Amino acid sequence: MALDTMTDFRTRLQDWLPKLVLAPSFAVTLLFVYGFIAFTVVLSFTGSKMLPRFDFVGFENYAKLFALQHWHIALANIAIFASLYIVICTSIGLLLAILLDQKIRGEGVLRPIYLYPMALSFIVTGTAWKWFLDPGIGLERVMRLWGWESFSFTWIKSNDLALYCIVIAAVWQTSGFVMAMFLAGLRGIDNEILKAAQIDGASNWQLYRRIVIPLLRPAFLSAFVILSHLAIKSYDLVVALTGGGPGRSTEMPATFMYSYTFTRNQMGIGASSAVIMLMTIAAIMVPYLYAELKEKK
Amino acid sequence: MASASSSAMQDTAVSTGRVTRTFVYLVLALFALFYLLPLYVMGVNSVKPLVEITSGNMMALPQVWTMAPWHSAWSTAQIGVEPTGLKPYFLNSILMVVPAVAISTIVGALNGYILTKWRFRGDTWVFGLMLFSCFIPFQIVLIPMAMVLGQLGLAGSVPGLVLVHVVYGIGFTTLYFRNYYAAFPTELVRAAQIDGAGFFRIFWRILLPVSGPIAVVSVIWQFTNIWNDFLFGASFGGTSQPMTVALNNLVQSSTGVKEYNVHFAGAILAALPTLFVYVVAGRYFVRGLMAGSVKG
Repeated sequence: MALDTMTDFRTRLQDWLPKLVLAPSFAVTLLFVYGFIAFTVVLSFTGSKMLPRFDFVGFENYAKLFALQHWHIALANIAIFASLYIVICTSIGLLLAILLDQKIRGEGVLRPIYLYPMALSFIVTGTAWKWFLDPGIGLERVMRLWGWESFSFTWIKSNDLALYCIVIAAVWQTSGFVMAMFLAGLRGIDNEILKAAQIDGASNWQLYRRIVIPLLRPAFLSAFVILSHLAIKSYDLVVALTGGGPGRSTEMPATFMYSYTFTRNQMGIGASSAVIMLMTIAAIMVPYLYAELKEKK
Repeated sequence: MASASSSAMQDTAVSTGRVTRTFVYLVLALFALFYLLPLYVMGVNSVKPLVEITSGNMMALPQVWTMAPWHSAWSTAQIGVEPTGLKPYFLNSILMVVPAVAISTIVGALNGYILTKWRFRGDTWVFGLMLFSCFIPFQIVLIPMAMVLGQLGLAGSVPGLVLVHVVYGIGFTTLYFRNYYAAFPTELVRAAQIDGAGFFRIFWRILLPVSGPIAVVSVIWQFTNIWNDFLFGASFGGTSQPMTVALNNLVQSSTGVKEYNVHFAGAILAALPTLFVYVVAGRYFVRGLMAGSVKG
């Protein structure tokens, strides 16, 4: 009898063990991710300043947020930055992938060169580009020393153009990664389809325009999702490259949230800006992840 | 147009003429220069005396070679208020990265094993919830995280940073191992089960021995991500700031002369560990990137 209960216990333990081992991860995720999200959402409806308070003020923070000039600058900047970043990264990535796919000698050397920036931190990237784009010591000076006396490149000091410096550095960092994604997609295309089209007299241009690029749809989708979520989260690069300046000209939602929450003691407004960021990313990621996980079944 | 009959399977069947090919190589070479440029600028200027940068040409090779900027960046440069150099912060980063990578990889392996070989109702939802956590803007958790770390007495400490990185890292490690184990024949697991092997025994004897490649992917991904993190380090680092935060403090410091050469040496120091990993295990790094983007 005792032996029976013993084996019974053991089998039941074996049934429960997997869930027991998974439980801590799941609990931690529920608490630290979803619990924290809920907490920040709640905070965004309170009048919290330096410390969290629970005096509910309804949508006041959101109303204040969208009345702030500062937030409008951040929104305009992220819109410009994200669209340029996504379009340029995708174009360069696709171009390089197609060119590398032409039976190139030295592909094994070129590919890692295109991709290594992805291994660097945005702070390192920001430091390198900050000084390279600095008119006093960087590109402008180099061009003048090389004899182009009238060359001028002062974007990083300009209220209107500093944002494009962030685009340059961000593209430099991630375009190689997009290249790798497209290259993997290209290598997965069945050559028989291409040969058949060639026999039908399709030109190279038509081949890419009509067959190859449409077949790369999944890679385009992945690139878009990854790049857009990277763009919305971009914080480090802005801090390292421009610090949000000159003035507030390169402020982004991520830097806005940080400064309102931790340096300006407007926690309620900071929380509401974080909620807006989350909703934007969720609008892109949730359908994508849902589709990916659904397909697997 | 000639048909490319001799093309290797993985290459494209498209063929191009001589002129086009020259053009292709030219474009590829120009892009290679673009990607290498910042590395060259950092490297060359980190071994120059400051005067050669401020009154010389940034693209030129040094006239006088000096390791002084490296020495300064490592051990004497002013970081914040202390003239400690980056050395103590480099150590902080190591102390943070090693346990965080180890724990998140082990946990991810177990999670992936359970989610593929011990499936239960709703497991896809559990996984989906964990996966989404990789993509949230971390701004949404900064405020409560700061409070919780304070409550636990872990604010501004290396263990606090380890906790944060493990918590927000297990989504990705679970993803890697789940996708990898999904391709492993479940029949073998069932057979071992019938032979009386238990949960941990099956993991230890059957799954783990074949997990080498994906473990490398996971370790490299976690290492790169955690080493390069800035937001958590800046928010919760306190007196145990990691390398990235210290580098930023060094570069942004507004007092005194801007020592560009020291900044560049510091930037390379901050980049060296991840660059090293990339050079020795680039193949796995790329695999990790791809797996993180094409979820499948």
